[in-house]
Amino acid sequence: MNKLVLIGNGMAGVACIEQILKFRQDFDITIFGDETHVNYNRILLSSVLAGEKSSSDIVLNSIEWYQTNGIRARLGVAIREIDQARKVVIDQDGNETEFDQLIIATGSSPFVPQVEGVNKENIHVFRTLDDTRALLEKSAPGAKAVVIGGGLLGLEAARGLQVQGCDVSVVHLMDTLMERQLDPAGGACLQRKMEELGVRVLLGRKTEAFLGNGHVQGLRFAGGEEIGADLVVVAAGIRPNAQLAREAGLKVNRGIVVNDFMQTSHPDIYAVGECAEHNGMVYGLVAPLYEQGKALAAAVAGRTAPGFSGANLSTKLKIMGVDVFSAGSIEEQGEGLETVRYEDPSQGVYKRVFLRNNRLVGAILVGDTTDDRKYLEWLRSGEDLSAHRRHLLFPPPMADAGSDVAAMADSETVCGCMGVTKGEIVHAIHEHGVSTLAQLKDRTRASTGCGSCAGTCSSILRAVSPDFEDESRKTICGCLPFTQEQLRTMIRTQKLRSPQDVLDIYGNGEGCAVCKPALSYLVDVTWCGDHHEDRSARFINDRVHANIQKDGTFSVVPRMRGGVTTPAELRRIADVAEKYKVPLVKVTGSQRLDLLGVRKEDLPAVWEELGMPSGQAYTKGVRMVKTCVGNQFCRFGTQDAISAGVELETRLENLYTPHKFKLAVVGCPRNCAEATVKDVGLIGQEGSWQIVVGGAAGKGVRKADLLTTVETTEEALEASEVFFQYYRENANYLERSYDFVERLGIEKIRKETIYAAPEVRQALLDRLRKSKDKSYDAWLERLAPRPSQFVTIQPMEHQTV
Amino acid sequence: MKWIRITETENIPPREGRVIAAGKELPADPIAIFNLGDRFVAIENRCPHGGGPLADGIVGGATVTCPLHNWRICLDSGRVSQPCDGAASTVRTFPVRVDEGVLLVGISETPR
Ligand code: SRM
Ligand SMILES: Cc1cc2nc3c(=O)[nH]c(=O)nc-3n(C[C@H](O)[C@H](O)[C@H](O)COP(=O)(O)OP(=O)(O)OC[C@H]3O[C@@H](n4cnc5c(N)ncnc54)[C@H](O)[C@@H]3O)c2cc1C
Ligand code: SF4
Ligand code: FES
Repeated sequence: MNKLVLIGNGMAGVACIEQILKFRQDFDITIFGDETHVNYNRILLSSVLAGEKSSSDIVLNSIEWYQTNGIRARLGVAIREIDQARKVVIDQDGNETEFDQLIIATGSSPFVPQVEGVNKENIHVFRTLDDTRALLEKSAPGAKAVVIGGGLLGLEAARGLQVQGCDVSVVHLMDTLMERQLDPAGGACLQRKMEELGVRVLLGRKTEAFLGNGHVQGLRFAGGEEIGADLVVVAAGIRPNAQLAREAGLKVNRGIVVNDFMQTSHPDIYAVGECAEHNGMVYGLVAPLYEQGKALAAAVAGRTAPGFSGANLSTKLKIMGVDVFSAGSIEEQGEGLETVRYEDPSQGVYKRVFLRNNRLVGAILVGDTTDDRKYLEWLRSGEDLSAHRRHLLFPPPMADAGSDVAAMADSETVCGCMGVTKGEIVHAIHEHGVSTLAQLKDRTRASTGCGSCAGTCSSILRAVSPDFEDESRKTICGCLPFTQEQLRTMIRTQKLRSPQDVLDIYGNGEGCAVCKPALSYLVDVTWCGDHHEDRSARFINDRVHANIQKDGTFSVVPRMRGGVTTPAELRRIADVAEKYKVPLVKVTGSQRLDLLGVRKEDLPAVWEELGMPSGQAYTKGVRMVKTCVGNQFCRFGTQDAISAGVELETRLENLYTPHKFKLAVVGCPRNCAEATVKDVGLIGQEGSWQIVVGGAAGKGVRKADLLTTVETTEEALEASEVFFQYYRENANYLERSYDFVERLGIEKIRKETIYAAPEVRQALLDRLRKSKDKSYDAWLERLAPRPSQFVTIQPMEHQTV
Repeated sequence: MKWIRITETENIPPREGRVIAAGKELPADPIAIFNLGDRFVAIENRCPHGGGPLADGIVGGATVTCPLHNWRICLDSGRVSQPCDGAASTVRTFPVRVDEGVLLVGISETPR
């Protein structure tokens, strides 16, 4: 077998091996990588630093992949020497490995300017998973972090550190951020956005020295200015790792010189990725590197295929809420060059395109990158844009929503990282029945690079796939540009325990009446009640545990589990109503009593004298369990509905939910307590219970779906609890169970609740128990009220000053 | 301008409002005082929509949302910021200062 050796277990090299395996299986392959990790997606290190992904989320090829393909992976082993005459590579321990063909894919290394003090502690680079872990360890809320370099990498590092709570400054040598991709106006627009996020930007600063003894404590710039720093990240550019090739006598300029088939000056030695130099160009983005890999793979496998002929470069910044795109050449001047621009500072939008002879040569988009694909396609095709001159910066008004996808050519690249075209996606949908983004990723690798094309992929799925299911991408409000799903992840990974922390780090720091209650719920459910309760983020009902009325008074509904009461309770209710002159006592639609028109000041005393727990009638929480009399008295009853209902209410009361949650238990299918139109209903039958979920009889009517049928009451209670916790963890805030069940579909819900693996079910129950342990009857706050929680403040003595 | 001593600052938790009972030196309509985290503001406790108790609203930045029907009122100017209704009247605002941990509200001597 042909011995094929790869040096460098990184993105370009391993992608090339994957491509080779598609052509031929008969190579004996060895991969050397000096990092100890399996091949991972380096691009997403920014997301790991920002806590959006974990290190296991970014693995590209697991260890099983190496094994099933018979690849010898030598991880944590660096190659020290290539002997091109004897065709062997020599590793750090002096071991030799022979090759018939060799691929060098050593990538590049961060460039660190050798200024005074550069070896101090806490000065880092940002290139590998280990670097990222070190940064995560060193970053801490309040730490002063300085990032040197205002390019793509520096800005992403800055945002990541800021999300970790650091106080971040970006120091840039030039007068424009990302000056290789942006013009001064675009750079200024980007700078405003970074500053709005809370990142300080210092331009035109040349670092002259790192200060401090041992640990870095600050930086000094040319001119003498100094700033403090506890942590420094140097992101000042990269240098190709070409030393190994140079010492081996291969032809090397800046990178290892290769031809269109990525062959070096030795016919059996190839180079690919950031270490290679093709036609005077060294590429630092994955899209062209994958193209190189394809050309190389074909050559090694003995195929005739077109060689690599250079690539258009496009860049996208991966910071949520800061959209930046740049492609092609953005030279300001040149023969026959025209530029067209649009700018709206109030919206933070800047767009500029560069044309020569009516053909696109470059584009800059800041603040609105929705049309990036269109520009990439125009760059690729080089088409004459005379006909589009009126719509260069904005799409023509749209005839129908699907036309955007329809207007794309099949050859148009959707995923720039993986080089996947619209045609390939459509093919996957038709030929392989792909209908979700996750399946599409598996099948085509589209959207597995930087992920910024996910929106376009979803649009194509929506337009083409007959059974496409939309992942809800709605944000709560303008204060926070994220979906609830993203927020849950951020809260969990960043260990955020209060709504204000979320707003400070991810939002505008202020919040509003829409997002604050939602965040309050999300931190509560994520931490199973072990969060920092911030009452200022709660609606008034949840600050005083009663329902505000139109005149500013409150209503009080004590809990009557299962709708069952006693003469003593009724007597106390009557006494309280008289003593506090309650204007109205009413039997509610939920089988209990409502005292309406109570003054805020009287609430604690009213609760005390009622001696009953809160019925949570004012909140997004567990309202009640309605019951019918069941077999205790009813001649048709088959099950003990009252006992089951009281037990169910006892297990779930005092817990909070995305929207109010109402249950009912009935003793037979005559359904006297309307269980089929409740969030959860238990319907007794001879020898079994049906559990139904997602019913409604409010604004709309929806018959609940059957979740499962079980034999014992205990099983019925447990199935209800599992569904209840699943709803708490997965529904959007303010999504009633009837919308939730409709959106997910009962099959999926069954699969993930009652049919889930025992450990999964148990974990749901454990989290429910944990929340339950932390929960308490809100009316007990009367014993230790918060500052002036229920009182009207009486002014101090009326003194004139 | 008369400055009326109202209460200790700790009686109004951050980002919440409280109602002050009307008194002989204070206007007949109760005042609401809000703690914005870094400063305090005072306005009349009456929503221009339907008289809702603004002190019970949720505060975001320097805006309060009325608990009854979600009108938003700017706490600095007293103006309604949402809905856009030109006819909506402005809520009366009052200056506030803190003196040794005590909040004082300024009442102009010539009633408006
Ligand atoms: C008091 C009561 C009416 C009564 O006198 O019977 C009532 C009163 C209110 N309902 Fe209700 N609902 C009451 C039973 C119901 C029922 C019947 C039931 O629970 O079996 C329903 C239909 C079932 C359901 O929940 O869907 C019901 C469907 C609604 C809805 C529509 C919900 C929906 O999504 O379809 C709202 C509006 C909302 O929540 O957005 C609502 C909202 C309200 C609010 C909270 C409006 C508000 O925000 O101020 C009312 C509060 C009055 C107050 O100041 O106390 N109320 N409401 C009932 C209290 C039950 C209890 O003991 O806790
Ligand atoms: C934080 C970050 C964000 C990025 N974002 C983007 C983006 O949004 N879009 C984009 O297109 N690109 C992005 N990039 C760049 C992209 O990751 C690189 O272009 C790509 O990884 C290069 O692939 P490569 O295989 O050439 O090098 P690498 O992926 O670096 O792989 C080279 C491997 O070889 C190993 N190696 C080196 N020398 C030896 C030796 N002597 N023996 C054994 N092993 C050796 C190295 O340790 C490394 O593991 C980003 C990079 C970083 C760090
Ligand atoms: S039906 Fe309407 S008016 Fe009656 S209690 Fe419910 S919300 Fe209020
Ligand atoms: S009373 Fe304030 S919004 Fe209606």
